[in-house]
Amino acid sequence: MQLRTLTDVRKGWQLYALFALPLLYIIVFKYVPMFGNVIAFKQFTVTKGMFGSPWVGFAHFERFFNSYEFWRLLRNTLSISFYTLIASFPFPILLALGLNYVKHERFKKTVQMVTYAPYFISLVVVVGLLFQFLDPRTGIINSFLGWFGVDPINFMGQAGMFQSIYVWSHVWQNVGFACIIYLAALAGIDPSLHEAAVMDGASKVQRMRHIDLPGIMPIAVILLILNTGQIMETGFEKILLMQNALNLRASEVIDTYVYKIGLVSQALNFSYATAIGLFKAVIGFVLLIVVNQTAKKVGQESLW
Amino acid sequence: MHAKPIRESGGDRAFNVVNYIMLTIVLIVVLYPLVYVVSASFSSSYAVLSGKVWLWPVEPSLDGYKAVFKNKNILTGFQNTFFYTVAGTFINVVLSILAAYPLSRKDFRGRNKFMLLFVFTMMFNGGLIPTYFVVKDLHMIDTVWAMLIPTALSVWNVIIMRTYFQTTIPGELLEASQIDGCNDFRFLLKIVVPLSGPIIAVIALFYAVGHWNQYFNAMIYLKDPQLYPLQLILRDILVQNEVRIDMLGDVKSAAARQGLRELLKYSLIVISSVPLMLVYPFVQKFFVKGVMIGSIKG
Repeated sequence: MQLRTLTDVRKGWQLYALFALPLLYIIVFKYVPMFGNVIAFKQFTVTKGMFGSPWVGFAHFERFFNSYEFWRLLRNTLSISFYTLIASFPFPILLALGLNYVKHERFKKTVQMVTYAPYFISLVVVVGLLFQFLDPRTGIINSFLGWFGVDPINFMGQAGMFQSIYVWSHVWQNVGFACIIYLAALAGIDPSLHEAAVMDGASKVQRMRHIDLPGIMPIAVILLILNTGQIMETGFEKILLMQNALNLRASEVIDTYVYKIGLVSQALNFSYATAIGLFKAVIGFVLLIVVNQTAKKVGQESLW
Repeated sequence: MHAKPIRESGGDRAFNVVNYIMLTIVLIVVLYPLVYVVSASFSSSYAVLSGKVWLWPVEPSLDGYKAVFKNKNILTGFQNTFFYTVAGTFINVVLSILAAYPLSRKDFRGRNKFMLLFVFTMMFNGGLIPTYFVVKDLHMIDTVWAMLIPTALSVWNVIIMRTYFQTTIPGELLEASQIDGCNDFRFLLKIVVPLSGPIIAVIALFYAVGHWNQYFNAMIYLKDPQLYPLQLILRDILVQNEVRIDMLGDVKSAAARQGLRELLKYSLIVISSVPLMLVYPFVQKFFVKGVMIGSIKG
């Protein structure tokens, strides 16, 4: 017995040694920044440092809530997120359901192969593609519209179109990749269910409706929960690339604003930017908890 | 997989037709922009500028590619990105294994607490500015380390890997090895890693894609153009439309210059995307596995 415990400790020591480096990383690059958020409650200046800067309480938060930007940022963030969430939810499911009934392996493989591909293209290139296609003078979309006598449209310069361009290019890029998980879930459905349904004379539509759809429901709900919890996270790296002075009204979200206030602006304000970022993180965290608890209550799947 | 009825009903045949039509539309919608870019990149600058390219290259030429390869910045960007991708992915994979393996062991004391510590960082982010200051205080700004270390580990990938270890490495194997006097270091190196080829491939690809496509960290952490990755140079050219005259060689007229500028962009898009496109079909079969493992609650 004594010997057993001793070996346990020795073995444990080796596992800890392996684990040390990743743990150090998580602490330094994830937890230290979390505590770095205290500068949101201070008037931080680089010369005085994190500890020397004076406390200001919730002053930065109050300033943000009362600022002209607040509602606009919140509205843009939420509308882009919800738009993305709603637009990108059904398509991977439909694609997977459709692919599941394709008998020609080659055709199925081709569709999968092609639809996965955009996932690997960088955001910079996707936005570059958008600019090329939507260019008022040389873009193919405007050349096409020109055939019907439509005057060239400066798509990227129109605030009203920004969110649609953002969301639908997102769907284009991600639909194939997002569909993988549903295909895998469909493959996991017991084939005897389908056999029995066929014996009973069920049509393909009926099988889809009553076997496939319930079969992928749990995974769909989990993904929906996850995505709803991420509602404050806009794809801000892409938004930043797509932004210009003309569409700023519709494209400025919390994340891009934090970036500008904290790292780009002529008059950098670290504390103010951190406060806005912290506000976003807290709301996002609370949302995730609430959505998960709600899903648990209604008896659906939950994350934990 | 599905049972085949002797003869399909009329409704089912109609379903098949609609299904194939819909999927073909999806195929075209996704594929067309990609084909267009490739075709445009091989066309003449005049054809691109005047909108003559619709599907296939018009007046085939390699002018765009020549302009790309003449450009020093782009070549430097390629080299840097290549280095960041290889070195970064190596660090990522090693750290992920180091994190995932202990977490997969039931006899690892405090593994649930460590797991919570890791998972919590997925739900609550430290934020842009505080993270920037950590990188700054570590004196990584404007060094290659800024491109490698702050993104050294993704908790999501650790979870995927941990689940893989838990489900594919049998406990008996560990016991047998321990009886033979094998310690954890050796067991990980000689048994676990060789048995985990597929998951390492998937994870490495996920990380590599991230590095190859990374622009934001480079934008905030790097100031020296000699360190710029390809994506940052792409951003200047594709998004900010900053094509310097000297990139276009000795082209005289404004119209020709404008045409070559557009051509250069298409060629650049193709060249920068080709490396990943070449790799992914080989790793594609592991994908479903990787994504599926990630979806299992651990």
